[in-house]
Amino acid sequence: MPEGYLPIFIFLICAILFPLVLLAIFRYLRPSLPIPVKLEAYECGIRAASNARGRYTVRFYIVAILFVVFDVETIFLFPWAVRFRQLAWFGVAEVAVFLSILIVGYIWAYKKGALEWV
Amino acid sequence: MNFYLLTLIKMALTALVLLTCCAYAVWVERKVLAHIQLRPGPYRVGPHGLLQPLADLIKLLTKEGIVPSYANPFFYLLAPFLAVALALTAIVVIPFTPEFELFGVRTAIGLTDLNIGILFLLALSSLGVYGIAIGGWASNNKYSLMGSLRSSAQMVSYELPLAMAIVSPLLLVNTLNLREIVELQNGFHFGLLPKWNVFASPVPQALGFVIFLIAAFAETNRVPFDLPEAESELVAGFHTEYSSMMFASFFMAEYANIITICCVATVLFLGGWHPLWPAEYGSDLVPVVLLAAAGLMLLFHAAQAARRRKWDRFTFPVFGVLLLGLAPVFLIPVLKPVLIPFFWFVAKAGFLVFVFIWIRGTLPRYRYDQLMRFAWTFLFPLSLANLLVTGLVVALAG
Repeated sequence: MPEGYLPIFIFLICAILFPLVLLAIFRYLRPSLPIPVKLEAYECGIRAASNARGRYTVRFYIVAILFVVFDVETIFLFPWAVRFRQLAWFGVAEVAVFLSILIVGYIWAYKKGALEWV
Repeated sequence: MNFYLLTLIKMALTALVLLTCCAYAVWVERKVLAHIQLRPGPYRVGPHGLLQPLADLIKLLTKEGIVPSYANPFFYLLAPFLAVALALTAIVVIPFTPEFELFGVRTAIGLTDLNIGILFLLALSSLGVYGIAIGGWASNNKYSLMGSLRSSAQMVSYELPLAMAIVSPLLLVNTLNLREIVELQNGFHFGLLPKWNVFASPVPQALGFVIFLIAAFAETNRVPFDLPEAESELVAGFHTEYSSMMFASFFMAEYANIITICCVATVLFLGGWHPLWPAEYGSDLVPVVLLAAAGLMLLFHAAQAARRRKWDRFTFPVFGVLLLGLAPVFLIPVLKPVLIPFFWFVAKAGFLVFVFIWIRGTLPRYRYDQLMRFAWTFLFPLSLANLLVTGLVVALAG
């Protein structure tokens, strides 16, 4: 049903235009006095010590990798949920095998300490 | 009536109501928090601060919009609009009422009816991370970058329990269409207890509902999981550098997300528009009684001589008469099939929004390592176990 998606696109366009139109209208009402000090990065009043694009903890990368593994898993569960009645015990067994592989992976990640922050 | 004309009318109404709700969610939040802390809250602009959202909007729109000199201007400007556009669009798939016929037009409140409604919502909520991640990175500010990194990690971590908690009620209803999900929760156990998914017959999804709510708090960056904007350590988190309309966009996106996720919880777990108890025991009269009681209370206060506030002398009688006049509208037979389901949907979603605010006024903030450990070592296994138990029991029950 393509017409089901039409309202989504129109709504998306409106949602994008709405703040832009407000921004355009109020450009003439708001002050614009850019001075160098005002445009500095905010660091509680002192001058910025260094660029913000520095290094940060590797934990964030580990979380991202774990997320990709387990999120793909949840996507596979949706078709199973929709066809649950037709697949019956076959589906339950398949998902049990599929999830047990992932649970082994989860336990491995837990033992390695990947789930512990710091 | 023409399909396109009808869609345009419904869209304009939905957009108007959603934006107003976002603005007044802020007012309600400030009022409820204030009363929890024994303060009156916003009181100056309009009666009981009712015009405060309008004043805030005008103030934000007329402030100077600053683009820091170290920032990446394109992505810096893109991020808030991405966030708000995605947050507002998610509302289109929510069905608010069943189909009804009014003046010869057959329609329903709710913009569209996708057969993959749940997947669409999950996709949009995943894309919501981009607004925050891009905004924090493009600001080129240490606080913003830390806030956006924390927020991204938190949102992806809590997306797993959220998705798992969504799958378990789907095992009971076997469809991704939100309208069908609500329609399948029709009826009552023993003629009294509603057959919502939280009370579903083989396996009640109460645990799934709690997991969904906890994950929803983290997804919308709310207390107790508001680490991305922890004021005491990160100033304002990912929107430290933002001002004016761009700040308002982030703010609006946050409240639109809260409203949407409360509507999703209502659809998936709380039976959408179905009433709390059967119509034979008078559940249709609830909105009438509530409105009439509120109107009478306001009129009673208007009659009190001790009230000497400037606004109250006008607003109490006017709002009292308005609410009293609105009460019998719910008794008109033509409008009943629209208004009663709509009332129940709004009541449930509104109660959930209130719970969000209530929790903000009650709980302290988590520490970041506690937050991540809670997601990965407690909530995720728990949601997995909930899913497996649900699957087994539903398969056993046939």
